[in-house]
Amino acid sequence: MEKMIRNTDKKILLMSHLVLGYPSMQANQEVIDEMVASGVDLMELQIPFSEPIADGPMIALANQNALDNGFKVKDGLEFIAQTIKKHKIPFLIMTYYNILMAYGVEEFIKEAASIGVKGLIIPDLPPQEATQAISWCKEHGEGSLDWIQLMTPTSSDVRLQEIGNNASGFVYCVARKGVTGNDTDFGNELAQFIKRCRVATSLPLAVGFGVKSPQDVAQLSNLAEIAVVGTAAIKIHEEHGVKAVGDFFAGLR
Amino acid sequence: MKKGYFGSYGGAFIPEILHETFQQLTAHYETARNDPSFWAEYLALMENYSGRPTPLTFAANLSKKLNKKIYIKREDLNQTGAHKANNVMGQGLLVKRMGKTRVIAETGAGQHGVATATMAARMGFECTIYMGAVDVERQRPNVFWMQQLGATVVPVTSGSQTLKDAVNEALRDWVGSMDNTHYVLGTACGAHPFPEMVSWFQSVIGQEARKQILKLEGRLPDRVYACVGGGSNAMGVFQGFLDNKEVELIGVEAGGKGVESSQHAARIASTDATVGIAQGYKTFFLQDQDGQMLDTHSVAAGLDYVGISPILADLHVQGRVRFIAANDDDVVSALKYLMKNEGLIAALESSHAVAGALGEMADIADGAVVIINLSGRGDKDIFTVADALDDPGWKQFIAQKAKQYAGESS
Repeated sequence: MEKMIRNTDKKILLMSHLVLGYPSMQANQEVIDEMVASGVDLMELQIPFSEPIADGPMIALANQNALDNGFKVKDGLEFIAQTIKKHKIPFLIMTYYNILMAYGVEEFIKEAASIGVKGLIIPDLPPQEATQAISWCKEHGEGSLDWIQLMTPTSSDVRLQEIGNNASGFVYCVARKGVTGNDTDFGNELAQFIKRCRVATSLPLAVGFGVKSPQDVAQLSNLAEIAVVGTAAIKIHEEHGVKAVGDFFAGLR
Repeated sequence: MKKGYFGSYGGAFIPEILHETFQQLTAHYETARNDPSFWAEYLALMENYSGRPTPLTFAANLSKKLNKKIYIKREDLNQTGAHKANNVMGQGLLVKRMGKTRVIAETGAGQHGVATATMAARMGFECTIYMGAVDVERQRPNVFWMQQLGATVVPVTSGSQTLKDAVNEALRDWVGSMDNTHYVLGTACGAHPFPEMVSWFQSVIGQEARKQILKLEGRLPDRVYACVGGGSNAMGVFQGFLDNKEVELIGVEAGGKGVESSQHAARIASTDATVGIAQGYKTFFLQDQDGQMLDTHSVAAGLDYVGISPILADLHVQGRVRFIAANDDDVVSALKYLMKNEGLIAALESSHAVAGALGEMADIADGAVVIINLSGRGDKDIFTVADALDDPGWKQFIAQKAKQYAGESS
């Protein structure tokens, strides 16, 4: 994905996020169409898991709700395949490692590669456990499926370097401690953190966790290549419907 | 073997944001473990604060009836009435070493929550306890005590609203609060170093039991029974005998309404569990084909959990520990039987070990020496037990109380 991310004249790219099956895959379809039409550049599709430990209450509840409504991984992958056929932007899968394990890790990676998924974000599989998965991504993805690494403000410089050495596509920088959805102060501390990330990797950086306004995005555009918007969009969809999601993204940049 | 693994189980599958926190915890734990003065300090604290060593009580009436020599390890006599004290006091000492000022914990039955709250009160830490809303409902007395002890109790309404969801919520707190907060995980599960560290603190049970049985019987027991939720009390007592292959170790899981029904929490004793990774570690989980965790059931909140200690998973695969399940009905009968015959009020969790042992006594030779680990006392279960016994006097009392409270609030 690195080439695609570099090859833009936009000041910053927008990556959106949604939970498959929440509130329904029909609704997902409409939201995705609306997001793409409003200029979203990349999209994370989250496959729900019953124990989403890295997610905040809002996304955790969305996971639960999707499962209560009978979400199945097989249907989710089929939906992703259709979505990728329909839209030109890169799609990534975000989920937890147990979903891959239950499917068969290599099988899952093969399937993702074959339907054209561009990246995998698995927040509970630390880099030291991901060696095999990363090589499967390379083998089956033939350079077009990236294993997305996460860098966090609590990581030491040595640790950031380890992560950087194994990264491809881009690096997802978690803007702050805590779970998804809380407020983030995009100030000096963040700039310091991003500086440390730049030392550890030459790849483009995506910054997420708490991005919710044009001001946040404007501030980020001096720091990162991609702004990730997750919880804020889910909230807007819930409160104001599909059309409002489009307006929200169109107004962010 | 990779660090933090037991066979192919265990590991540390945690969000990157917690990586350094786990590094720090592991370093402090390893330093403490290699420092004999830490263990001495721990034992002194447990002797003075929690009444250790707990007795190994000879169950004279049971023994006579069944023609065996049955001993009961009295973890119910700990401070707060369960083995949970062993773990929380140990972790409390580590928290002091790490210089943190706040502790959080998950709780199922509420025993671990109460134990953590007492530790926090004594050691001067702030304390927040996460508890599934379903468990808050069925273990109200423990909620009362936690609050009186100064802890904040947060009912967790996500997922199945039981133990596993309380774990998730505690983790969500921790990823934001790790600078001043330690997560006092209550059982031998979770990411490394928790399974190993919690088992270490609980090993005091087995060390004592071994010494005691050698003194009382002049030999090791033939069998040791313990209930298994996450597995910390079982790990505790088993560690006293692991190296002696002639001692048979039996873990009793929650059979709920039967392992053939879908309403149980038997990970090993049923054929329903498969290997997965969740809540930070790799083990046998009760999960569906997609890898989603299933709802579990047990009359005992403390055993109502989808996963099992990775150390016990490995001991199962090695064939060192045998696993069986006890159904809700048999557990309630065992609880009554132990009360009537020995005057011991066991927790519903611990009554699984009693039920498991009673169910197998016909299979072993007369005079065999058996230890049952009584992990906790049953007073906390008064509402559940009274329901199970359908006791009319109790119902009448509660109805009267309700009337009285209704009168006060109007």
